[in-house]
Amino acid sequence: MTIPENSPHRSFSESFIASLYDLPDGERIRTCLQCGMCGGVCPFGYAMEFPPNKMIATLRADVFDWVMKSQSVWMCISCYACAQVCPSKIPLTTTLMTRAKEELLLAGNVPTELQQALENSQRYGNVLGQSQRKRADWTKALKYPVPLMGQDRKSADVLWFVGDYGSYHPRIQLVSKAVAQVLAALGIDFGVLGPDENSDGDSQRLAGERGLFETLAAKNGQALRKYKFNQILVTDPHAYNAFKNQYPALGISYPVKHYTQFLVERLDQLKPLLKKAANMRVAYHDPCYLGRANDIYDEPRQLLQAIPGVELVEMSHHHTTSLCCGGGGGGMWMDGFQWEKAQARTTNWRIKEALAVKANTLAVACPYEPPRFEDAARNIREAAELAVKDIAELVADALND
Amino acid sequence: MDIAVVVKLVPDLVEELAIDESGAALDTSYLRLIVNELDNHAVEQAILLKESAGGQVTVIAPDLEGVDDILFTAAAKGADRLIKLTGAMSGVNNYALSNSLAAIIREIKPHLVLTGVQANNDLDGSVGPRLAALLGMAYVGYVSGVTPANDSVKVRKEYSGGLVAQVAVRLPAVLGIQAAGKPPRYVPISKIRQMSKTARIKDQPAGDLDAGNGAAVKHMFKPEMGTHATMIEGEADEVADRLIAIFKEQDIL
Ligand code: SF4
Ligand code: SF4
Repeated sequence: MTIPENSPHRSFSESFIASLYDLPDGERIRTCLQCGMCGGVCPFGYAMEFPPNKMIATLRADVFDWVMKSQSVWMCISCYACAQVCPSKIPLTTTLMTRAKEELLLAGNVPTELQQALENSQRYGNVLGQSQRKRADWTKALKYPVPLMGQDRKSADVLWFVGDYGSYHPRIQLVSKAVAQVLAALGIDFGVLGPDENSDGDSQRLAGERGLFETLAAKNGQALRKYKFNQILVTDPHAYNAFKNQYPALGISYPVKHYTQFLVERLDQLKPLLKKAANMRVAYHDPCYLGRANDIYDEPRQLLQAIPGVELVEMSHHHTTSLCCGGGGGGMWMDGFQWEKAQARTTNWRIKEALAVKANTLAVACPYEPPRFEDAARNIREAAELAVKDIAELVADALND
Repeated sequence: MDIAVVVKLVPDLVEELAIDESGAALDTSYLRLIVNELDNHAVEQAILLKESAGGQVTVIAPDLEGVDDILFTAAAKGADRLIKLTGAMSGVNNYALSNSLAAIIREIKPHLVLTGVQANNDLDGSVGPRLAALLGMAYVGYVSGVTPANDSVKVRKEYSGGLVAQVAVRLPAVLGIQAAGKPPRYVPISKIRQMSKTARIKDQPAGDLDAGNGAAVKHMFKPEMGTHATMIEGEADEVADRLIAIFKEQDIL
């Protein structure tokens, strides 16, 4: 029996399923085999009262309100691991998990830590709750100029979208400076938006706040339309995901490249500049939003291998099986909540994997990662010598200038 | 229980404050206003009371930059009526503001008036006590939690030294809220947007804004940096030894 869409007898489970059908490949949820692979592969599956497989079971049993009453869904770090392994190819992360967070948010079931990040994004345009006027402060007094669109130039070949963490977080500002140095070495004609740039909003979207995402996207769209440029360069894979897969539907459509792709395209020019040899055994951590979400696995590795003295090794989880740092889908702002529920951090596990393959450097390519992994490494005695570096930092270190 | 909530907008301290050319006021060109945090708790407390005891919640705020958003957010949380106090609201002092508010509140005849116990731009006392005096109502300040009883409320009040009191307050009364019973809830942007289309804000002229003979700012300046910090240089072990010695000298250890 099918229940008509406007029927007053439609249960919450039924209207929730119907809302999934409206999403790309959302109807695939019908084909769930209840195999449980999603819940098994999920890094926090053991700490969830309702991992994806059980959520689907509650939908089928018409008791989805059980899920709504628990905080289980907030353990989801939108890492795409479940969607990757699902034999029925159900896009669980983008459909079931994100929609469930949206409903929880509407119902007011929101962890306080997450609320703070969302409120900051709403008011200040960045999750860190900093003054937008200070967004380009990190560019002051640099050896390598970072031109500000509007102030220093009206047009540029490349518009670099720096992101919240790259602009404000002291650790990630170091990565931004490294990127600026590499761009300067390559003679790239680029500019940044500075105070006009807002959070890309993608992680807020995946934490269930779609309206906020749209507001932030509209602000970015408005800022971008003021200038002429040929392509967008992003340092944050989450911003990449926003520009590549979400913004076009909102009328904001530009060619976008993650910096690892951008630099690999220029490898012939870059390679001769990388002269300072290092002695590094590097394990590369695939960020979820480069890897599983966007299939970018090779460029970061190519870039690492272009650095003299780098020996690249793979950890036990790599490429499609990479282990999330815990920061996706709002996890970045719910460390306390996650710890309370799971009594574990995925980052500790990851650091041990890097040590197991005797790496002395853990290379990353996402701004969520250096502080997360460095915090974890500080808590593991054997990791005292392990360096956590963004690939951009390793490239900049190898520049001979 | 019908409740009126008074909300003030105050300078947002995330933005750097600058002093204008007169040397006696903030430079408004960079100033951004934000809802006074404790007033936000007052709104939350009012909604919590409405949820447990029913009634109407009216939120009143002066017409300043960003006020519509604040009122629509309150509506999305559950406020029933929104009133914007219009007039020359920039720089209005609490004396004048309380006079206008009292006139409106007399008309609304609420059982309870809630407002934040203080605001970062209070110069001439806070709004609550003066409102209570004008309305002839009881006032209790520094309240952190309110529960309804018949024709009274029970309020939780914290004192220094870790003492907590429960006070029965006969209605009508004015309460200065320090914290709501629960932290203010999050409202998704979609709900605020929806409210901005459906909820109505009533403009109410503030009337005569008599500032009284209250305090006037003559000179505004940034506090001077203290010079009491001592930087201890050297190897970690030396620094630690020195720190321990200092702690002992100061009787901290
Ligand atoms: S992995 Fe796919 S098919 Fe298996 S239980 Fe999860 S959603 Fe269903
Ligand atoms: S996206 Fe990741 S964290 Fe979320 S349910 Fe799937 S596997 Fe678990």
